[in-house]
Amino acid sequence: MHGQGFFFQAFVYLAAAVIAVPLAKRLGLGSVLGYLIAGMAIGPFGLGLIGEEGQDVMHFAEFGVVMMLFLIGLELQPALLWRMRGPILGMGGLQVLLSTTLIAGIGAFAGLVWNEAIAVGLILALSSTAIVLQTLAEKGLINTDGGQSAFAVLLFQDIAVIPMLAVLPLLAVGPSASAAEHGEHGGTLVDGLPAWGQTLSVLLAVVAIVIGGRYLIRPVFRFIAHTRQAEIFTAAGLLLVIGIALLMTQVGLSPALGTFLAGVVLAESEYRHELEADIEPFKGLLLGVFFIAVGASVDFALIAAEPGSIGAIVGTLIAVKLLVLLGIGRLFRMGQDQNLLFSFSLAQGGEFAFVLFSFAAQQGVLDTSTTQRLVAAVAISMAATPLLMLLNEKLLQPRLGTRERESRSADVIEEQNPVIIAGFGRVGGIVGRFLTANGISATVLEFDSDHVEVLRKLGLKVFYGDASRIDLLRAAGAEHAKVMLLAIDDHDKIMQMVETIRAQFPNLKLLVRARGRLEAYALIEEGIDHVYRETFETSLRMGVDALEALGTRAHRAHRAAQRFRRHDEASLLALAGMQHDRNQYITAAREHMQLLESTLVQDLEERGEGGDDGWDAESLRQDLGDEP
Amino acid sequence: MFAPGPWPAVPLMSDVPFDAASPPPQRVLVLFAHPALEKSRVNRVLIEGVDAIDGVTFHDLYEAYPDFDVDVEREQALLLEHDIIVLQHPFYWYSTPALVKQWEDLVLEHGWAYGHAGHALHGKRLMSAITTGGSRSAYQEGGHNRYPIAELLRPIEQTARLCGMRYLPPFIVYGTLAMTPEQARAHASDYRALLSALTHGQLEPGAED
Repeated sequence: MHGQGFFFQAFVYLAAAVIAVPLAKRLGLGSVLGYLIAGMAIGPFGLGLIGEEGQDVMHFAEFGVVMMLFLIGLELQPALLWRMRGPILGMGGLQVLLSTTLIAGIGAFAGLVWNEAIAVGLILALSSTAIVLQTLAEKGLINTDGGQSAFAVLLFQDIAVIPMLAVLPLLAVGPSASAAEHGEHGGTLVDGLPAWGQTLSVLLAVVAIVIGGRYLIRPVFRFIAHTRQAEIFTAAGLLLVIGIALLMTQVGLSPALGTFLAGVVLAESEYRHELEADIEPFKGLLLGVFFIAVGASVDFALIAAEPGSIGAIVGTLIAVKLLVLLGIGRLFRMGQDQNLLFSFSLAQGGEFAFVLFSFAAQQGVLDTSTTQRLVAAVAISMAATPLLMLLNEKLLQPRLGTRERESRSADVIEEQNPVIIAGFGRVGGIVGRFLTANGISATVLEFDSDHVEVLRKLGLKVFYGDASRIDLLRAAGAEHAKVMLLAIDDHDKIMQMVETIRAQFPNLKLLVRARGRLEAYALIEEGIDHVYRETFETSLRMGVDALEALGTRAHRAHRAAQRFRRHDEASLLALAGMQHDRNQYITAAREHMQLLESTLVQDLEERGEGGDDGWDAESLRQDLGDEP
Repeated sequence: MFAPGPWPAVPLMSDVPFDAASPPPQRVLVLFAHPALEKSRVNRVLIEGVDAIDGVTFHDLYEAYPDFDVDVEREQALLLEHDIIVLQHPFYWYSTPALVKQWEDLVLEHGWAYGHAGHALHGKRLMSAITTGGSRSAYQEGGHNRYPIAELLRPIEQTARLCGMRYLPPFIVYGTLAMTPEQARAHASDYRALLSALTHGQLEPGAED
């Protein structure tokens, strides 16, 4: 079964995903459960299409988690992260502490030696970042109170993995099973160093990421952006993530944590949305493969052999974590619905447990038969999470009656500006400044990397990227925005964008720049209601000032411009569509122009001067003459 | 309370006794509002030479704010620099032209012009100077417009009161629709004389009549 090579494996994984995920989504179960079920189906205990190599695939696919953390970091600016320090330390710290203590206590009660019990407690206190965040994001619940709190706890757990890796070997009482071979964490560069040297190298690595992200990565990306080779930019993005993951592994830190940090550092850079759009599909696929591998790793033979004891472990694990989380939610004054969301989403074992259990076994802290049962229990609890959240959503929440989906106004993770501006040159720049002056924040996309640099120096939040890319628009929040301003120079590109944006984001109201009449015609034909000829208003203002300079009353000149604008816009609408037939267009245009001018002149002559008949007393005077 | 009707002829500047006992000079601000002066027959004549009178500032609102973008700070400063405000405009639909309403809404701020802390205009005087198409007889009970001008000007009078200003009897030019250029020039001469008298502190020249 396992010799068919890479293509067969890829085919099996992709086919399973393509079949199971849409089905699961149809049934309202969410994609994560779909992947897990697909994994169980093709795993050694299902169709047997994949076997032991599922474990290797899982290690590889864990890279999806690394990418996910990078993307989360990208959306989390340092200031926001700092604002979340309370929940991260408070809720996260309390959760790990209480869960570890309780689980260790139960373990000791169930017959484990104290050091084994502590190891199990520590490892099982962790939840699954991948499953929780993916599920929350899919349901659109990340930005709720409960979702944010869950994220804070997960972040703390990711950090807590590092000291756990340090503590676990200390818990070993027997001789280490294979002290020479460290498995996952073996063979790093820092192994030979003394403790202070290891600490120093960790610190150096973190500093390198922060400083590199600030001062090195941006000029490099700017240089790459200059080539305008989209695939090289993608390659650079992947290179960055993989490089940081490697560096982190070398100093013994969690790669997910390192890339998360890099993401946060880059969250304020102009390449944020472009990077998001580039990494996103890789993350999605790798996470999918990871979930399939988790599904495939569920050891049904072991479960079938000891259904009672494993069932008891799973039940206890979920129950204990649920209780601890509910208590924390209560302590931090979450609303009841948010507390339930928070607690049900985090009540499982995490993917780190697989790593840590094998590490603990190698270190001789736990024996293999214990870890096998616990690993099975963790896998089941992870698979059960989407079901538990579904249970909460469909059965518990409706009884509460109070469903606050988006309780926080400040978006901590996602960019949700109501306005997106494509092109920040002469036109977009002014519109952007005007909106900012009125307290409207806009997400700005600009394709000229030199220009972006200058604008950034001026303190403007401008992102580098080709606004005609759907994925980039999505990363810029096009699904939630209300208005999109197309202010780029390139008319052909605008026409192309208009079409795709209207198909992909029907929620967006489009305000589109046109350089002159011909471009305006094309846009009107396309059905765009809001078309702006960039020189029209300015020219009209010059005309008004010229009239005034000639002695016309200011208000009359103002009214004349208003009238001219109205007539001209009407003729623009009337002539749109005729520009394709040159002769017909020229005839019609001349007629319109003559009509416009004669109407305005007539306005002037007929009623004396000006055309605002409400202010004209001539007819009144005649009327008065008729009165007796 | 005040005499509706055009101002009676007032003494010319040279006739006014000017001794140590005479009241201090008053600064007069004419706020003029006409949206289509090019069509005007009477107001155009009325404003001729007004800005040449000593102590009178002539301020053409529609020329200053053709797009209704009233500069509140500038307007408030102007009000503070003057003692008597004259609101000159044609009487449109028993009220002011639209820009005057905009001016009132924006310039007479709460806390500045009225309200607990709003004392900026206290003690100043406000006077309407208006032209009407209809004759004096149309502005009375049983007439075409059913009310005397004084009644129709109540909103402006009360606006002045609320701002702590004294509302002076209005200067009214009736019957502009049927007016000859000579008549208009006569009214203009009355108007200039009145403005000049106001600058000399003769606040209610009509009352002396």
